Amino acid sequence: MKPASPRLLLLALLATAIVAAAPARAADYVIDTAKSHASINFRIKHLGFSWLTGRFNEFSGTFTFDEAHPEASKVKVEVDTESIDSNHAERDKHLRSKEFLDTATYPTATFESTGVKVNGDKATITGNLTLHGVTKPIEIAAERVGGGDDPWGGFRQGFTGTTRIPLKDFGINFDLGPASQEVELTLNIEGVRQ
Amino acid sequence: MLIGDSKTGYGLISRLVHWIMALAIPAMFALGLWMVTLNYYSPYYRTAPDIHRSVGMLLLILLVLRFLWRLANPKPDDAELSPLERVASRTVHWGFYPLLFALMVSGYLISTADGRPIQVFNWFSVPSLIHKKGLEDAAGEVHEVLAYVTMLLFVLHAAAALKHHFIDHSSILKRMWSGPPSTS
Repeated sequence: MKPASPRLLLLALLATAIVAAAPARAADYVIDTAKSHASINFRIKHLGFSWLTGRFNEFSGTFTFDEAHPEASKVKVEVDTESIDSNHAERDKHLRSKEFLDTATYPTATFESTGVKVNGDKATITGNLTLHGVTKPIEIAAERVGGGDDPWGGFRQGFTGTTRIPLKDFGINFDLGPASQEVELTLNIEGVRQ
Repeated sequence: MLIGDSKTGYGLISRLVHWIMALAIPAMFALGLWMVTLNYYSPYYRTAPDIHRSVGMLLLILLVLRFLWRLANPKPDDAELSPLERVASRTVHWGFYPLLFALMVSGYLISTADGRPIQVFNWFSVPSLIHKKGLEDAAGEVHEVLAYVTMLLFVLHAAAALKHHFIDHSSILKRMWSGPPSTS
């Protein structure tokens, strides 16, 4: 058997060093929409009597996260507004129309973080939300749910975050009544480290 | 009184159904345009679409029965028309059936795309046959376009009838109102 070439040894050493160093630096994660371990849900009061819930079925996103420096995290999400689903075809059609999301003109909503303030297990993510053609800064109250090795050789991190947005701020002026001026958004995201 | 149609004119059934549809279809068009402009707190926000859906389903049933009735009865004579008028008239008359059918079915598909039935007043319900995500959007676009095409055909048809009545002094319009000239 031929002895291993010094070049190969060096390469192996380098590879080991990269793997060992990986958890210590910010890693890139892709939100696991492929296997749907992520969801974007909304709820809004109906007449002030109950919560109407729905979701956006299609979106994609990425984030960076470093356990040692969570304040340096970044997140970006793109939502296909046409995929709105409130479990009622006629209502969904109305929500996609010009009176609400106008998905023909604005097929995508995006969120891109600009900063993260960490407070223990919780964090406040600030960033710009573009919805219905309007870009405005919003704050998301976020919380890390968990992270670690998955059973299939991958590494995952999961978070949940909520925010409230006044519909009028984003140019959605259909009047649903005084109790329904704001919509609550909840994001559940699990990312797979790349 | 003549119930069925004959070579000389339309019987009671055909005339009744014709005038019901002549009133109901433009009324449904107007109702459709109006109901989508209502605000959430309008007292008609729920009832206007309920009526539109219910009447639409009843018209669909009536349309199918009318088509079968048309096939089962002799077609009143249109020999007095010029060859061009005859082609135009027959195209419009036969064109109405598939057009209205597609119009009503597309409306049905909007409301039933999520598997929900259509409740026809408090009378009966029509179950959903195609449960498909996003179908409401495609069906909605078809429904809107066909509604405008229907109104275009309606105007052509009414204008032609008025032209025959007032300019040609023909009995075509009277025939649809009061039946064949000499039956007892």
